[in-house]
Amino acid sequence: MTEIETGTLWTVIILLGIGSFGLRFVFTGLVGDRAMPPWLLRHLRYTAVAILPALVAPQVVWPVATDGVFDVPRAAAAVVTLAIGLVTRNVILSILCGAGTLYGLLFVMA
Amino acid sequence: MISTTRKNYYLQGVVASSPFILVVVPFAALFGVLATEAGLDLVETMAFSIVVIAGAAQFTALQLLQENAPTAIVLLSALAVNLRMAMYSASLTPYIGAAPLWQRAICAYLTIDQTYVVGVSRYEAEPQMTVPQRIAFFFGAVTPIVPLWYIFTLIGAIAGARVPDSWALDFAIPIAFLAMIAPMFRTPAHLVAALVAVAVSLPAAMLPYSLGLIVAGIAGMMAGAQTELWLARRGEVA
Repeated sequence: MTEIETGTLWTVIILLGIGSFGLRFVFTGLVGDRAMPPWLLRHLRYTAVAILPALVAPQVVWPVATDGVFDVPRAAAAVVTLAIGLVTRNVILSILCGAGTLYGLLFVMA
Repeated sequence: MISTTRKNYYLQGVVASSPFILVVVPFAALFGVLATEAGLDLVETMAFSIVVIAGAAQFTALQLLQENAPTAIVLLSALAVNLRMAMYSASLTPYIGAAPLWQRAICAYLTIDQTYVVGVSRYEAEPQMTVPQRIAFFFGAVTPIVPLWYIFTLIGAIAGARVPDSWALDFAIPIAFLAMIAPMFRTPAHLVAALVAVAVSLPAAMLPYSLGLIVAGIAGMMAGAQTELWLARRGEVA
């Protein structure tokens, strides 16, 4: 790893900030209260339940912290978190059970 | 009267998003730690978190900057990770699109995974909410989250490299997201959307520039929409 050049860093910070705002503003800001077609709304209803699992799944199977090697504590923590969440619908309880599983297994398997 | 109900919705937003404090605190601190390890000073680290305010994209950009990737690739990859924000924006539009432009601009800046999920799941559950009530709820949802994002980036940056790997902070994000989505599986269509997204995301992870996430997300959304249509048709026939 080499040192990050200051000019490059600030270019990235500023352009990434503008770009990220643009992505967040593109529909709420520019479409506003104009009606959107039903087929589009039907797809948008599934945004969160599609994108978030797709973001998580590769991290569960190939965690960055283990250089992409499948890791039992992390996979088990993911399964426990999801299962507790589905059964109880309680976000904080799911997080605590998931974290407990992760730390418990990391400790036992160390 | 209107102001009391708005205040009420604001407070409900605060309560609804407060569990995610548990997520944002380690996530923000982790960014502060990693940015400091990468050689960023306090001002640079804080500017990153305040200007970009998108954890996953910040981690992506930081990683690629350290690898000396070309600036255009750093930007494209981090924005690809953030493309889901455009989908969030689209998904929020039917609910808050009628709000004044300045409120929509503030909401856009404050749209992150946690505030989006908290907001949209409430809007879906309570369709009769007015637009000012929705905005009040959203601002409430932001209140316990975003200031802590800044503060714990700073604390992480000051703590620097003293956080041991054994804390496994890397996995705070997956656990948080899984806990957030579990209560959203209200219909078979939601379940199908998630299963298809997961199934596509694993092979699609090989695509360059984080495009796999977008491909898998769109596949999941299409699967959810088609399941909804199919269930509706079956309901009409039965």
